[in-house]
Amino acid sequence: MSDTVKLRIRRSATDDFDEFTIPVQKWTTILECILYAKYKIDHSIAVRYSCRQATCGSCGMKINGKPSLACFTKVSEIDGDTITVEPMANFPVIRDLAVKFDRLFKNHRDIIPYMNNDPPDSSRMHLQSPEELDRFIQFANCIKCGLCNSACPTMATDTSFTGPQALAQAYRYVADSRDKDKDKRLRIIDDSHGIWRCHFAGSCSQVCPKGVDPAMGIQLLRGYMLGLND
Amino acid sequence: MVQPYCLVYEMRESHIMKIHYGTALAAVGLVAVHILMRMADGYHESLEFANVLANYQFIPYAGLLEIILILLSIHGFNGLRVILLELHQGRSYEKAVSYGCVAGMVALIAYGSRTIVMANMGMI
Repeated sequence: MSDTVKLRIRRSATDDFDEFTIPVQKWTTILECILYAKYKIDHSIAVRYSCRQATCGSCGMKINGKPSLACFTKVSEIDGDTITVEPMANFPVIRDLAVKFDRLFKNHRDIIPYMNNDPPDSSRMHLQSPEELDRFIQFANCIKCGLCNSACPTMATDTSFTGPQALAQAYRYVADSRDKDKDKRLRIIDDSHGIWRCHFAGSCSQVCPKGVDPAMGIQLLRGYMLGLND
Repeated sequence: MVQPYCLVYEMRESHIMKIHYGTALAAVGLVAVHILMRMADGYHESLEFANVLANYQFIPYAGLLEIILILLSIHGFNGLRVILLELHQGRSYEKAVSYGCVAGMVALIAYGSRTIVMANMGMI
């Protein structure tokens, strides 16, 4: 592996790429490369980041064409010495690599992303078996980074589509045995731009950095809609 | 009272998609029967004008063709509606697409049924 890489960053002002030569180690992440360019070469580069450990979901971007978290992608994982970073597709660009999340957050809010149930009288906890937990627990790992929405081909053409992130979260609550809003949630996504517009390309599941499988969640949710699941 | 045109536009998407999947499955089964009957006749002979007319005049077979026509029209025009809804969004556009597809479906079924009925009655 070379001790420098060429970092190409798409700049919104010129709608073109700026190139930077960045010194790297094998453990250097793409976010560290971008921050090196920002601190040492060009302070005007706009990038959103926070936790640097794939927990906050802030640094989503296209890295060599694939939606990825910049903090979770190492230079050593990239083929070749050129790294091209662009803002996520299917999101309006604020500046450079920073995009607006309004649509993602609205769609997420619309599916009622919280549990609706009163505490049982006998105790302060809702009991749940391990099997009941297994039905949805992977979907609780979603960090709302938006990579799935960025990779989704339907999101690219249908501006009203609910999107894999919100649909996977709808499944997370529909499959939760403690929740009482299942029918309400199913009615919300049963729309002409809701769950039925998914073509099962599966790209959402390919890019998720947390191992969530939104494509599977959507298919399981369809099972509920068709009366195949309880 | 809910007016009929509202029923078309306001129908739940899950109901529409159940019809979509159902018509696809039924069409696959019936088209298979249709192809098997063609093969039983001998493929080249089955396409001769007199044979085609004779098929239309055999009422159970004409009924099979009519059902296939209805199933494929429903399935095809709903598929077209879905494609058009993904191409462009907007309430008036979506209404126009939904009504347009229903109108196209009805027109195709009417035209195809006319052909089947006329051939069945010996008017061709």
